Amino acid sequence: MERPFAITLDVGSSRSNHTGSWRVERPVYVDRLPPCNNACPAGENIQGWLYEAESGNYEGAWRKLVEENPLPAIMGRICFHPCETACNRVQVDEAVGINAVERFLGDIAIEKGWTIPEAGVDTGKRILVVGAGPAGLSATYHLRRLGHQVRLVDSSAQLGGMMRYGIPAYRLPRAILDAEIARIIAMGVEVELNYVVHDIDKERKAGGFDAVFLAVGAQLGRRVSIPAGDSSRVIDAVSFLHQVADDDPPLLGRRVVVYGGGDTAFDAARTAKRLGATEAVIVYRRNRERMGAHSVELEQAEVEGITVRWLSTVNRFESEQMVLEKMRLNAEGFPEPTGEYEELDADALVLALGQDTDLSLLDQAKDVVVRNGVVEVEATMMTGENGVFAGGDVVPTDRTATIAVGHGKRAAFGIDAYVNGRDVPEKVRHDLATFERLNTWYYADAPRTKRPELERIRRQGTFDEVIGGLTEENALFEARRCLSCGNCFECDNCFGVCPDNAVIKLGPSQRYQFDYDFCKGCGICVKECPCGAIEMVPEKI
Amino acid sequence: MTTQPVHFYQIGSFAVGNRLVDDADRTVQSNANRTNSIDSGHRACQGCGEALGARYALDAAMRATGGKIVAVNATGCLEVFSTPYPETSWRIPWLHSLFGNAPAVATGVAAALRVKGKTDVRVVGQAGDGGTVDIGFGCLSGMFERNDDVLFICYDNEGYMNTGVQRSAATPPAARTATTEAVGPEPGNSFGQGKDVPRIAMAHDIPYVATATVADLHDLERKVERAMSMRGARYLHVFVPCPLGWGSASNETIHLARLAKETGLFPVFEAEHGVVTNVSTIRHQVPVEEYLKLQRRYAHLFGKNPRPDIIERLQLIADQNIARYGLVVDDDDSKEVTA
Repeated sequence: MERPFAITLDVGSSRSNHTGSWRVERPVYVDRLPPCNNACPAGENIQGWLYEAESGNYEGAWRKLVEENPLPAIMGRICFHPCETACNRVQVDEAVGINAVERFLGDIAIEKGWTIPEAGVDTGKRILVVGAGPAGLSATYHLRRLGHQVRLVDSSAQLGGMMRYGIPAYRLPRAILDAEIARIIAMGVEVELNYVVHDIDKERKAGGFDAVFLAVGAQLGRRVSIPAGDSSRVIDAVSFLHQVADDDPPLLGRRVVVYGGGDTAFDAARTAKRLGATEAVIVYRRNRERMGAHSVELEQAEVEGITVRWLSTVNRFESEQMVLEKMRLNAEGFPEPTGEYEELDADALVLALGQDTDLSLLDQAKDVVVRNGVVEVEATMMTGENGVFAGGDVVPTDRTATIAVGHGKRAAFGIDAYVNGRDVPEKVRHDLATFERLNTWYYADAPRTKRPELERIRRQGTFDEVIGGLTEENALFEARRCLSCGNCFECDNCFGVCPDNAVIKLGPSQRYQFDYDFCKGCGICVKECPCGAIEMVPEKI
Repeated sequence: MTTQPVHFYQIGSFAVGNRLVDDADRTVQSNANRTNSIDSGHRACQGCGEALGARYALDAAMRATGGKIVAVNATGCLEVFSTPYPETSWRIPWLHSLFGNAPAVATGVAAALRVKGKTDVRVVGQAGDGGTVDIGFGCLSGMFERNDDVLFICYDNEGYMNTGVQRSAATPPAARTATTEAVGPEPGNSFGQGKDVPRIAMAHDIPYVATATVADLHDLERKVERAMSMRGARYLHVFVPCPLGWGSASNETIHLARLAKETGLFPVFEAEHGVVTNVSTIRHQVPVEEYLKLQRRYAHLFGKNPRPDIIERLQLIADQNIARYGLVVDDDDSKEVTA
């Protein structure tokens, strides 16, 4: 080739200069565990389904959701969303309204008739599930997906356990409950209601079951001895709510006092109010800070006109007169009596002092360890007796429906491993995606005009149905507030900020790849990644 | 029932791309088929802000002109690290001028294209701050004065970095360079000197003057596009941190550019015919310390014998910029105000 004067070499590209050799550290893409997923008792891949919802793919989002939890419309109403408490966005403005989006997805699925995955190929194994509450239903769902046959029995007349007999309909409409339960039963489940199991081992042997899942819940309302006249109406909250659920509410009169400070106390008081009580008063021996109920319950109860007598105990209840004793908290925060009394007019007293389990069906099962009224279980949810698993309120735990759903799932996998003579495979858990790893500069501030509306809708989330169109817009908006902590959401930042063009964009949902021939290891991509999904690791030299 | 359209995307307009918006609304840099005007294998330091700024600006100019640009490049880092004989990183028509005459050469290229009737081919002149505010300044002023059809881009890293970090007229007060050492009662570069070239450019009443940083890609690309939609002399001053000369960590480049804007030390605005038309207001205001302490060229203001008095004087500069351009607005939701 003819070259110009004094030019001896052909023109070449700088790409022959592999600047990757300068590098002492290399960036690598990582996935981290988002705090919402980490906090979810039901083990949902929350970030995963929000990601689908962000692009308006609600069905894809719902399908991802029901991989883990078959009850999204129920959860979207009654879950106390520890995911939102853990949400990193709290430190930016407010948590993502995960619960509201979950409810939206659950409702739209019912509306459109989306079906949950079909049962797996029959394994020939038979499993007995005792108790059709959230734990039993969740276990049934996952066991059916794994191909095991399930016989589901419950002592009540209808399925749902505490979701039906403990949680009032204003928090969980029965049509929603029925729809989500029906989907599980439609997978092919042998159901027997009004059926009481008296001896678990005998039942297991007689039916030839390979394993048993015990999820009878905590159905016994705890009582305390309060001096009360014969004519005084005293009822425990569990029985009260159960009777209301059976459409046979007891007559309580106009002035109802509920004794206790947990969620059940608020359910009972709010239900009494809806049944026509003019006054519903909660009496609780500690203060607001030490209340067992979730604060949202208190807020909503106050809106409904329910009053709370903090630092008080019921001393006695005779002929429409209730005597309360004032309490004070000692240095350790325990309430102690003051000797001061006050009177309160009341027609009925509802005791919401906690619940106990009825474990008489375990009397003959000697290997099952029962301590403090609950059943000891391993990580797989198996009790001391081989093949007998337990979950939900009968094991030591916070008693919420979501935790029960998580137990049911874990037990299903535990049972699956047991009947196949395998160990449960250990799941690899990524490092937690902490707030410090995020570069929050890149996340837009949620437009201010949106917020009041949003909050209002969020508050409505646990009450009446929200208007359709608005709900979808809100759900989409909320989903898009997700920061995608710890997992790439394809914002192109690494691709854009590399001074050496050493990031290769692989295309939609394919993410990116580093070109280590040219990456000099400057680390800008790591620093500027909004969600903390890249980290620097030292090169081996 | 009131409904509002959902305009809120997961990451708004701050990241390079966004899977939720149409391709047309995304940045040039988010496109897998962007020009990559300056290719891999260039010898810029790790984390070079200038290499990044040049790619941002020229890729945007390529898109705006349908791929019809010629770049004229003054001597300096950008030229040295991109074209060691016989290799080149440039994937666009590119011409190397002397250190001081890039604006004049660009003028010549524009004139030649005009004579040949190729007015659809546009000319971009580019230089570092040394080649722009010091050595090439006479040529630049002449180009402005004649209103030649050139977009001239200054990549401002506040010193002569290629030759060993000497002071330029764009070096900020108190900064340590090889020629303004951190010694004596007033360590580092002196206060009260230096040139504010964007304002000098505005004084020429040319059609378009803008400043930008590598921290706000959307803003930078929009300004290049705006500039390429006009004819005549246009000037873009891009703030590009230099890890080598500033003594900053290589991964801090974009962060520092962001802090320069968020402190008010580097005002980001645009002006047409000598009048400011837009300013980028501060989103999360921070004191100048946050910016200074990440750079060893200011290390003498901290440590054992700190100089809060000097930091205060630097803060005053930021405050003056904030006042001059109205960089802080009460309603932090509005991103831009008209001056």
